[in-house]
Amino acid sequence: MASTSRWAGLGALAVFLAVLPQVLPNNYYVDVAVLAGFNAIVCVGLNLLIGYAGQISLGHAGFFGLGAYSSAILVTHYGWPPLAALLAGALLVGLLAFAIARPILKLKGHYLAMATLGIGIIISIIINTEAQITGGPDGIAAGNFTLGGFELKGERAWYWVIAVLLLVTVWLATNLVDSPVGRALRALHGSEVGAEVVGVDTTRYKVLVFVVSAVIASIAGSLFAHYTSQLTPTKADFFKSIELVTMVVFGGMASTFGALVGAAFLTMLPQVLTVFEDYEPIILGGIMMGTMIFMPRGLVPTISAFLTRRRS
Amino acid sequence: MTTKSLKILASAAAVAFTATIGAAQAAEPIKIGAFLSATGPASFLGDPEKKVLEKYVAEFNKAGGVLGRQIELTLYDDAGAADKASSFVKRLIENDKVDVIVGGSTTGATMAAVPLVEAAGIPFISLAGAVVIVEPVKKWVFKTPHTDRMAAEKIFSDMKKKGITKYAMISENAGFGKSGHDETLKVQANYGMTLVADETYAPKDPDVTAQLTKIKNTAGVQAVINWGFGQSPAVVTKNYKQLGIAAPLYQSHGVASKDYIKLAGDAAEGVRLPAAGLVVANQLANSDMQKAVVVKFQKEYQADFKAEASTFAGHAYDGLQIALTAIQRAGGTDKAKVRDEIEKTQGYIGTGGTVHMSPTDHMGLNLSAFHMVEIKKGDFVLSD
Repeated sequence: MASTSRWAGLGALAVFLAVLPQVLPNNYYVDVAVLAGFNAIVCVGLNLLIGYAGQISLGHAGFFGLGAYSSAILVTHYGWPPLAALLAGALLVGLLAFAIARPILKLKGHYLAMATLGIGIIISIIINTEAQITGGPDGIAAGNFTLGGFELKGERAWYWVIAVLLLVTVWLATNLVDSPVGRALRALHGSEVGAEVVGVDTTRYKVLVFVVSAVIASIAGSLFAHYTSQLTPTKADFFKSIELVTMVVFGGMASTFGALVGAAFLTMLPQVLTVFEDYEPIILGGIMMGTMIFMPRGLVPTISAFLTRRRS
Repeated sequence: MTTKSLKILASAAAVAFTATIGAAQAAEPIKIGAFLSATGPASFLGDPEKKVLEKYVAEFNKAGGVLGRQIELTLYDDAGAADKASSFVKRLIENDKVDVIVGGSTTGATMAAVPLVEAAGIPFISLAGAVVIVEPVKKWVFKTPHTDRMAAEKIFSDMKKKGITKYAMISENAGFGKSGHDETLKVQANYGMTLVADETYAPKDPDVTAQLTKIKNTAGVQAVINWGFGQSPAVVTKNYKQLGIAAPLYQSHGVASKDYIKLAGDAAEGVRLPAAGLVVANQLANSDMQKAVVVKFQKEYQADFKAEASTFAGHAYDGLQIALTAIQRAGGTDKAKVRDEIEKTQGYIGTGGTVHMSPTDHMGLNLSAFHMVEIKKGDFVLSD
């Protein structure tokens, strides 16, 4: 049952992603869709950690930024091929995440949130101050993504790359959730003590899922560095981390499709609300508060629960 | 079935027909796009710029528009973030299909927009300071404010007059401050200047006493230059006074607004800076061609917004004027023609100075556009 619904969800997403560019009137909309895609990839990874392992990371923008800047710096200063730079960035972030997670996750409670908060801020400060290599607050341009003789250029070409990557990420995430690892994670989320009693090595699973989600963020970051014309430190700062957590919570924790919807919704909302000019932050805040008060479980779980209730 | 589709076809044709008639009657508006840092840390730049663009577009429209066409302004707030600026520029180009873009309050936002406007071929007049925007020259990119390099040159020529040869520098380690710092080093040799102390700080540092103490204890410092904008120059000025450093303090044109004097208070007394004629409008000589323009602008701005116009407000005014006169001369909104006309701007007297653009100079201002100004009793006083 779980497996058929998984394939159905993935199929629906694939169809949606395939049809979407046909109805988007111009490249500006495609650009917003691509940005939503980047956020969605990071959020699906982050949701594994928040929704299933019950741990909060307040430094995921730091991992995203580290991946992005690894790519930008290795490509522009050292002439690495983009793919090699991407892999190097992912490896670096994976090792870093492992190094932080291993000692900290042995502790109980929200120590990981504190540690990631610290790491995220340190990464952001380094990017801001080491201007000789990172370009400082003015940013750095990583150039186009090239592989062999092929150059990735233009919003529509990027759209397909991000769409495929998003599908792969969702496939990985849903697979992981429905595997023994996923069941262990959910047990852990429910009750850490309970999970340990039945023989789940909680630390190991928490570390695993943390590293996986950090690496996903890093890969998305590396690609983003090539997509954007100018990579700036705002993409790696604390507020971006909060934004990512908000997307996951808003869309619905412990729901991969919730993370997708949250990312897409919160990427589009500021663009839609520009018509309200000065009132934009108030309306944005109002919508989010309203959702949290009336749908505390997030958008997608609340709506799907409502639909199942209606049906029965 | 066929009758139904025929009906649809007929009504579609009717709609299309009336649409063409409509278009012919009221000419399509001229679309000007803008992205400004109206909120956020750079709002002291973007907020007056926004007010000025909205005010003067409305006034042009009241007077019948340009070439008999109304002007439509599409304005987005990038909150000082380069990535937001980049997505708004895409929106202006792709979705709003603007004819010309005036905006980019900060150098970061402007540089994020440059590759996009270059690729799309849309004339773009930036309102940001750094020299990298127009050097090397980019086909579609122009700018109205004076560059940091010019400010450094103006400060050095003032120092030279006073017989100063050794100076210290304290600058923000980011954006405008960093660019100003680098440009100062590039031109110092031309004026026979030597840097004896070089300190930096982060834009949000609440105190720079440590850095200034180092400068104070360095032998031979005859003057100090501070590069930064927003809050930080005021912090430097206050600390400078507290430490009782005797050497004159030079600020950049980045502080040429009354807000700086308000923030720094009495400590600002005696600070010297290069600034456009706008901040000393009434003190300019009557023979100065710029006087009439800046006095009029200052008066109109004060009447509407009950505050003195900063030079940043002036940059937006100049940008809009240059764009609209170019459209007028081009006789339409053909982008290539408008670009050529902007490049041919000759002798336009704006709030920033007299503009002479050329294929090798997309700013068109020279050092004569700058005045040396000293702060006396809480006001800018002309001093050259």
